[in-house]
Amino acid sequence: MQHMAETPPPRLPERDRPWLMRTYAGHSDARRSNELYRGNLAKGQTGLSVAFDLPTQTGYDPDQELARGEVGKVGVSIADLGDMRTLFEGIPLDQMNTSMTINATAAWLLALYIVAAEEQGVGQEALQGTTQNDILKEYLSRGTYAFPPGPSMRLVADTIAHTVEHVPKWNPINICSYHLQEAGATPVQEIAYAMSNAIAVLDAVSRRVEQDRMGAVFGRISFFVNAGVRFIEEHAKLRAMAVLWDEIGLERYGVEDERHRRFRYGVQVNSLGLTEAQPENNAYRIALEALAVTLGRSVRARAIQLPAWNEALGLPRPWDQQWSLRLQQVLAYETDLLDYPDIFEGSKVMDGLVDELLEGAREEMKHVHELGGAVEAVDYMKAALVEAHRERITRIEAGEHIVVGVNRYTETEPSPLTADADGGILVVDPAVEAERRAAVEEWRSARDQAAVDAALAELARVARDDSENIMPATIAAARAGATTGEWSQTLRAEFGSYRAPTGVGEAASVPTEDLAELRDEVERVSDALGRRLKILVGKPGLDGHSNGAEQIAVRARDVGMDVVYQGIRLTPTEIATSAAQEGVHVVGLSILSGSHAELIPSVLEALAEAGVAGVPVIVGGIIPEADAARLREAGVAAVYTPKDFDLGRIMHEIVELVAERESAEAGARA
Amino acid sequence: MPEGADLGERLRAGDLGAAPAVLNLLENRSTAARAEARHLLAAVSPSALGGEPRGHVVGVTGPPGVGKSSLLSRLVAEWRSQGRSVAVLAVDPSSRRSGGSLLGDRARIDVDPADRSVYIRSTAVGDRLGGLAPATRAAASALAAAFDVVVIETVGVGQSETEVADVADTVAVVVQPGSGDVLQFLKSGIMEIPDVLVVTKADLGRPAMRALADLRSALRSLGARETALIAVSSVSPPTGIDALAEALDAHRASLDLPARRLRARRLAALADFAAEHGDRGLRALGGRRAAVRWLEQQDPGLDAAALERALAARAAATS
Repeated sequence: MQHMAETPPPRLPERDRPWLMRTYAGHSDARRSNELYRGNLAKGQTGLSVAFDLPTQTGYDPDQELARGEVGKVGVSIADLGDMRTLFEGIPLDQMNTSMTINATAAWLLALYIVAAEEQGVGQEALQGTTQNDILKEYLSRGTYAFPPGPSMRLVADTIAHTVEHVPKWNPINICSYHLQEAGATPVQEIAYAMSNAIAVLDAVSRRVEQDRMGAVFGRISFFVNAGVRFIEEHAKLRAMAVLWDEIGLERYGVEDERHRRFRYGVQVNSLGLTEAQPENNAYRIALEALAVTLGRSVRARAIQLPAWNEALGLPRPWDQQWSLRLQQVLAYETDLLDYPDIFEGSKVMDGLVDELLEGAREEMKHVHELGGAVEAVDYMKAALVEAHRERITRIEAGEHIVVGVNRYTETEPSPLTADADGGILVVDPAVEAERRAAVEEWRSARDQAAVDAALAELARVARDDSENIMPATIAAARAGATTGEWSQTLRAEFGSYRAPTGVGEAASVPTEDLAELRDEVERVSDALGRRLKILVGKPGLDGHSNGAEQIAVRARDVGMDVVYQGIRLTPTEIATSAAQEGVHVVGLSILSGSHAELIPSVLEALAEAGVAGVPVIVGGIIPEADAARLREAGVAAVYTPKDFDLGRIMHEIVELVAERESAEAGARA
Repeated sequence: MPEGADLGERLRAGDLGAAPAVLNLLENRSTAARAEARHLLAAVSPSALGGEPRGHVVGVTGPPGVGKSSLLSRLVAEWRSQGRSVAVLAVDPSSRRSGGSLLGDRARIDVDPADRSVYIRSTAVGDRLGGLAPATRAAASALAAAFDVVVIETVGVGQSETEVADVADTVAVVVQPGSGDVLQFLKSGIMEIPDVLVVTKADLGRPAMRALADLRSALRSLGARETALIAVSSVSPPTGIDALAEALDAHRASLDLPARRLRARRLAALADFAAEHGDRGLRALGGRRAAVRWLEQQDPGLDAAALERALAARAAATS
């Protein structure tokens, strides 16, 4: 018989209250999204999580050139106060807890929310919710930045300083480790970069608030984390983050109050590991990932949103979102999860795992610190993430990293889930974009233009004066009727625009022997061409998820091509100009936002106008088969989707494509 | 394949749209293309033009991460506002590991894609060690017949500015505050004294002023009175860009252009010869210095290709 010194009570005296349950939702316009929210709340959802479309996230109105094809696609389009009003119609904002996935334009959307609440008769002091507002990870992973790092960090600091005083229940920032994992981060990198990022934010705020307010500021910083399917290690990761956060609060910022140092986080579990092949398996993955963030009581998530099973196929329908919500409800209300104290308390295995992660994370944080902190180390971190992701893909290709249904157990019956006419996804009505263009024009014509001009002039003045907080002028501009594009353009004019580092140049090569055959092919075709096979890789539209494009670029280099990597947020004209000027033999485009149907034909047209119509175009992204067929008809040479994980095969096909074209031309010459 | 002579004619007529085909041809190593390239270069040679090509060839070089691309974005905008056409040849030094390369610079130079008077081309260094891409020298002199400014952008310090100096009319070395190695390289003579020295990130204030002072005293102790020293900031509001453009123009105005271009052609011929024939070829010429002395005695009217052929003939005769 083993003797236990003191056995803690096995059950809590009172069952815990469940976390906030949300689904990341929003599409088309405010009216349609409002209907969706009301439906979700009626089904037992306890908070809202607003998905904005890419123009709103990057600061463009629906009628601007870069917004083309993207309006209402990956979220709701919000251009002005009228939209924000409609979005929350019939939803009392003093009772709602609203999370907004908004970063570069967070100050603006928060201002619209504050004014919309004010119109409902709710003061800003009563508002509860979160603005994501984490700009560094936009440079590292998500790509929806608008301004250079310095001014962006000021906007982040200003929103924090404003909310701590005036919106005390608001979480002004979610430090996001989520997107780092999506970009390929290992658990150690995810912890280290998120903590380094938090330190950069806190340092920026500490220059803009009274020092005795730093405890309150620290207490309002929350995190947005990821959880992959290796759920034991993922849980250990959260425990390690809690330890580090407590340490940073105490040692770096002298935060005395223990409650202020508590590690608080919301979560969306992993999308990177969700598969297009046998998509029903994703339901299991999501359930296991939810365990990572709920099992141990001491680091249980405050708010959870789960992806839908069909995320790798396209946008989820209301039914798909309901299925995700039901998983949370089963976990919280049917299981006994909430009955117990922390079940890992005293576990040697868990403590060992935590120590291991802490050791790695501390070392990595030290390195970032030596580079001058997270802002200065963006290039380094970006390169490290691209490299980690490259390694992951190589292991999947080699079969060392097993993904069921993708590189193992691929035999499958036809899935009834995707057999419906809609292909199992939500398709945004293509008429939405035109509606939105008309709506914003109407808004502009109906408002008091002089008041808007004055508000924007004041905004510009405050932007120039670093000692003032941007929020009061932003709230005034929202009230006066300015638009998302106007607010952003005013700040772009003052702050300048920016392009983030691509991180691809530093990524290591794949071991040579694996690629020898492909390299020989590239050499052979390059000899026939007279110069090295050259490819342009870039992303049209506003979607900033660049992992796929980056991995294609790195591999193309590794097999011996000259790769012009042009990065994200490109107009069709930019792509065509580069293709012509650079003399490339093939163009590779990547789109994940669902705007391929509009943007790819525009790129083909622009290429023809630039006089390089004959250069073959390949496209990769989340593209349903019906759309892929249409793209091929329009002249696209090949379409790749997430199920095409074998980069070697894609490279081989690219080389073949160029070789065929070269021999056809040689034939024509002869 | 386009006719080299036609492309040369288009450049002489100021047709900027010929640039992509010119580069495609000059980069092409096939025998047929090289023959056409000779026709092209002959068509834009000083003897065919009746003088040096009028474009200003500017070398911009410096260590990675100092802000060259942001600087170039601003500088191109400045030149465009003066109505000048600009070609940028961005040479990527780094990644010739697998034979392939990643050319990321284009993404960082911010220009209006619809502006037909700006041309940007990225090239890998190629198989040649440490230097310019094989086609870059030829491209710079060809494009100078049509563009007002031709920029050759390279990365590195201590070696690359020497290479660029062999081909550019004016060399600007770009450094950022706190880069002490540049100061050391300059003092110790590892690095040649540039025509213009640019300190970026002037918005940092004190560190930038300090860097300026250090460089100024280093230049003074080296007796380099002609080198212009300019502080710039590429973040909004940009500063110093107009002063930099003026300094580049002032250097060009003070230059004996035919002499510098003649030297560039001779060195280009030697570089091409060395790439083709290696150390053995150089030994046959009695070494690099002897080869340069011999080149200096040749007809100033010969273009680089003709000079290279003459070197090859001489090497064959002596070995």
